[in-house]
Amino acid sequence: MSDPVTTPPVSTDEEVDTSRRKFLTAATAATGAVGAGFTLVPFIASWKPSERARALGAPLEIDVSKIEPGQMITQSWRKQPIYVVRRTPEAVAGLAQHDGGLKDPKSEASDQPTYAKNEQRSIKPEFLVLYAACTHLGCLPKQHFTQGDPTLGPDWPGGFFCPCHGSRFDLAGRVFNGSPASVNLRVPPYKFESDTMLVIGVDATAQGAA
Amino acid sequence: MAASPDTAAKGGFRAWLNKRLPVDEFVQSQLTGYFAPKNFNLWYFFGALSLMVFVIQILSGIFLTMHYKPSELMAFDSVEYIMREVEWGWLIRYMHSTGASFFFIVVYLHMFRALMYGSYRAPRELLWLLGMLLYLALMAEAFMGYVLPWGNMSYWGAQVIVNLFGTIPVIGPGIVEWIRGDYGIADSTLNRFFALHVIAVPFAIAFLILMHLVALRQTGSNNPDGIEIKAKLGADGKPVDGIPFHPYYTVKDLVGVGVFLLFFCGVIFFVPTFGGLFLEKPNFEPANALSTPEHIAPVWYFTAFYAMLRAVPDQQMGALLMLLAIVVLFFLPWLDRSPVKSIRYKGWMSKVALALFVVAFIVLSYLGLQPADGVYVILARIFTAIYFAYFILMPWYTRAEKTKAAPERVTYHA
Repeated sequence: MSDPVTTPPVSTDEEVDTSRRKFLTAATAATGAVGAGFTLVPFIASWKPSERARALGAPLEIDVSKIEPGQMITQSWRKQPIYVVRRTPEAVAGLAQHDGGLKDPKSEASDQPTYAKNEQRSIKPEFLVLYAACTHLGCLPKQHFTQGDPTLGPDWPGGFFCPCHGSRFDLAGRVFNGSPASVNLRVPPYKFESDTMLVIGVDATAQGAA
Repeated sequence: MAASPDTAAKGGFRAWLNKRLPVDEFVQSQLTGYFAPKNFNLWYFFGALSLMVFVIQILSGIFLTMHYKPSELMAFDSVEYIMREVEWGWLIRYMHSTGASFFFIVVYLHMFRALMYGSYRAPRELLWLLGMLLYLALMAEAFMGYVLPWGNMSYWGAQVIVNLFGTIPVIGPGIVEWIRGDYGIADSTLNRFFALHVIAVPFAIAFLILMHLVALRQTGSNNPDGIEIKAKLGADGKPVDGIPFHPYYTVKDLVGVGVFLLFFCGVIFFVPTFGGLFLEKPNFEPANALSTPEHIAPVWYFTAFYAMLRAVPDQQMGALLMLLAIVVLFFLPWLDRSPVKSIRYKGWMSKVALALFVVAFIVLSYLGLQPADGVYVILARIFTAIYFAYFILMPWYTRAEKTKAAPERVTYHA
């Protein structure tokens, strides 16, 4: 470099503009970082539920007008069995009669959407929607809707009885004292699209609490 | 090039090789020329043993992947197939499942050694932090490995642990769905845990082990006296209280490996489930979304933290407390203000504190295996308080107590 003859003419300017170089380095690094950030998106997004999972887990529509009063149907949503009960007016009226025998009559410790945290544990008093799995160990409680059901004694107000470990629930899925389960049956998110079209899996934002 | 003189004198293949790959230089700098304190005791086996268990897990794991199928429908059956029909499959699987528990046993003893002798203190703070990262990676690895057999405890354990992320405010539920890749623990969850368990996390662990060892080479090992051997150099410029790692400690560690394998093989051959501690009983049933095990407990190495989680009535606070129990360990190098490193020269308060901490960890581990009711919850709260007191009060008691002067040279104890 000391020989002036071999020095290329362009490098006569020995000064390096360090601030310019720093700026270019930082700009290049920042652009690269943004690019790397965008590249991450598909990889992170690939962990989200796939189209198939989303289709299989889509909200479930049920025409409740086909259920007779006093009847129950069982549906499956996201691999979990769901009970939909159409309660008779007498059954709804009876719900207030046995608060003293319940572990959690006001559903304080139980799991339900806010719009189902009421006496009937439902949006419409007529229709009860529950996750079927017992809150004790996940068995499926059986329907014993008739009052004074012989297997459950003359005081039985009607409700569910779990054959596995003997948990008893009323017609709002509330657990009776003396059951191994400690909280009420869970309520899934649901709403009414119309008077008769029940949609399970979507919150009732428009209707609000009943 | 700093090749040793005897290499330069030799011709042939070795000289040819060393000109292209610095084998001799590496052995010299890392093993025969790396000086370790000469007063190591029993507690110094567990670092080398952790490395060996890692190798056992990698080797047995590779062979398990040759028969295992990471799908919701086939996972449980493929593990049973390994156990019953693959030649020696039971042995390879028990090596891997027993290896998981032994990994934590040796790592816990290795960490206790650091607590005792102040190995986390300056200049080894980064060594400690790298070790803590390794511990975190190991926990992730163990958890995801536990899900793979797709037994009922695998399933519900995954349910409970993944739901912990749901306690994060606002974004929690979204994160849970993202981790699972479905609206429940599903095939997608199992499949990605398999990928992470066999590729991503083992790579991270291997890298962290390398960093842990490089950092150790930089600072040199601590020792039971907690003094720096580099402070006393002989006329040859080598620490007077140091001996070359190879052959002295390689040979010593080999004896440790022999004793370790006696215990390890004893468990594999005679008590592979270890009474439900190493392989839990509900995990011999296939995953069932409709049937929760009688009570859900993680494997023994997580139960101390699980007990803390359940000691708090609020799930969100419980999860936060459990996280803090691990995070606080990272701050250890800056909490200890004692003028000496080793417990040998610390005062009675540090000794009592460490003893209480060990008792608290063991009692919490026991409580995490029990149902969370009645007296168990009260006890869990008391011992959680003791666990945290060890750290929170440390800046105070390490300064307040009267310490003995650390010796100039390393000492020997029976």
